[in-house]
Amino acid sequence: MHGTAALTASHRKKVWKKIKRHWQYYLLLLPPLLFLLIFHYIPMTGLVMAFKKFSIHKGILGSPWAGLKYFRQFFSSPLCWILIRNTIGISLYTLIAGFPLPILLALGVNELKGEKFKKSVQMITYAPYFISTVVMVSIVMQMLHPRTGLLNIMITALGGEAINFMGEASMFKSIYVWSGIWQYTGYSAILYIAALAGIDPTLYEAAKMDGVSRLKRIIYIDIPGIIPTIIILLILNVGNLMNIGFEKIFLMQNDLNLVSSEIISTYIYKVGLRHAQFSFSTAIGFFNSIINFTLLVTVNRLARKYSEVSLW
Amino acid sequence: MPWNKQKNTIKESKGDRIFLTANILFLSIVMLVVLYPLIFIVSSSFSSTAAVTSGKVWLFPVEPSLAGYKAIFRNNQILYGYANSIFYTVVGTAVNIIFTIMAAFPLSRKDLYGKNLIMFLFTFTMLFSGGLVPFYMVVSKLGMLDKRIVLILPTALAVFQVIIARTFFQISIPEELAEAAEIDGCDDFGFLIKIVIPLSGPIIAVIGLMYAVNNWNTYFNALIFLKSTKLFPLQMVLRNILIQNSFDPNMVKDPVSMMETQGLRDLLKYALIVVASVPVLSIYPFVQKFFVKGMLIGSIKG
Repeated sequence: MHGTAALTASHRKKVWKKIKRHWQYYLLLLPPLLFLLIFHYIPMTGLVMAFKKFSIHKGILGSPWAGLKYFRQFFSSPLCWILIRNTIGISLYTLIAGFPLPILLALGVNELKGEKFKKSVQMITYAPYFISTVVMVSIVMQMLHPRTGLLNIMITALGGEAINFMGEASMFKSIYVWSGIWQYTGYSAILYIAALAGIDPTLYEAAKMDGVSRLKRIIYIDIPGIIPTIIILLILNVGNLMNIGFEKIFLMQNDLNLVSSEIISTYIYKVGLRHAQFSFSTAIGFFNSIINFTLLVTVNRLARKYSEVSLW
Repeated sequence: MPWNKQKNTIKESKGDRIFLTANILFLSIVMLVVLYPLIFIVSSSFSSTAAVTSGKVWLFPVEPSLAGYKAIFRNNQILYGYANSIFYTVVGTAVNIIFTIMAAFPLSRKDLYGKNLIMFLFTFTMLFSGGLVPFYMVVSKLGMLDKRIVLILPTALAVFQVIIARTFFQISIPEELAEAAEIDGCDDFGFLIKIVIPLSGPIIAVIGLMYAVNNWNTYFNALIFLKSTKLFPLQMVLRNILIQNSFDPNMVKDPVSMMETQGLRDLLKYALIVVASVPVLSIYPFVQKFFVKGMLIGSIKG
């Protein structure tokens, strides 16, 4: 016993010496850590509001406990399932339609021989990434305008009848997803293009010597070569499934499309900040965070198990 | 990429030639799809009100006019928004870069005791959050509501950027360099300022650009935290005009007929889309190379 105590004492001394020697590291880390504490960790403690009948006058600590009342209130409201369905529906649609396209674009760009054409494709497809959400949504609205929008002008010119796209609830998800694909495919392709550039050139040399066709080289060399990148990005995307573009959906919403555009996060904003139902809104947010967290941890574990690639 | 520089000794097979042609066709279509809406918007913004409302614009401007742009530059809200956004972007990005380096540099050092714990404290915030209402309450308790600082401090640091910068430091600053500096009597601050930062131009440019684009483009924090219109960043002004349609052309022009008012509103929207996007889009070709390189360095697993 005496020996271990001496050991921990000397260990402690060593650690202390290490910290003292690099005290400047800790001084540097202090402001960022304070930032995390104030703007991330303290709000986490605010989650306790979800279990209390919060009133501004009594403060978080002084308010009485409410148990699971607000969770029950959420799950028993008919809106709950619409919100969950919309949130998951839009994210899955985004994932399924949007995930493969950057890979396809990267594989195509990688096969190009002319540097100029290659550069132009990358530069042009990449550009929309820089357009702000507000501007992006207004572009969509201008293009789909019932009277002056380009699409409707085309439709009426061909003898069809103009459609009020933004007012059709059934079209909301597609408009959201495909405008996102237009904006982000080029940007997302970059990582894959980089991963492709890192593939061992001797593999291609060997394949070429054996007369393997280009298509087969893609299937047997390119795709296996970028699988780790694909998996990492897939994990990140799935982990964010419940965090889909709040800012954009919020801007695209109107009374006519609300049935299919109201998602958990827009609802949290309306209930929490506009109608000041703090506890109820925090409970919904808590539910959302937990699902997100569980998804990320699960997907990460699956990825580690089956492919030896994982985030941590 | 050496495998792309084919020698004449190996000729492309017929199948490969078909494949290459199809590929070029595919990529050309992709380029057109991305480019066409952009061209259409720019052309519309330079056309006349009548041409825009009657749908005559297809590719090039029709009856060229600067009416939309003139209306924009006579609107004070837009000009204020521009000035505010420049302020928020410059100051915010500077704070972002300083905080990110302060976090990333120590975390990249091998001899930081407790590194794993600190790293965990950072990454955990990417996985889990208190949500909107608790965040709002903290900010309001700090007395930041409706002050300029509210668009700068609560977003001072993005953990994702810290990870990118840390990876860059780990890869590009060799351990021997730190040892040599220490022997020369350089402390950790001195090492960071005299050696690490001068060697980190590319990564500082990259994270700076990513932060700047974010700062320039966000509106949500302004929406929930700001009340005074004179503090609004450009995106908030744009939201009010472009999406909420709350722009009154009569404010900038003498009374005009209803038709013309509606037409000017549409024209102004196209011009505004162009004006709002030009600052970010125009820096991007210059930094694109940097950007791609930096992203690659940062995203290699560390």
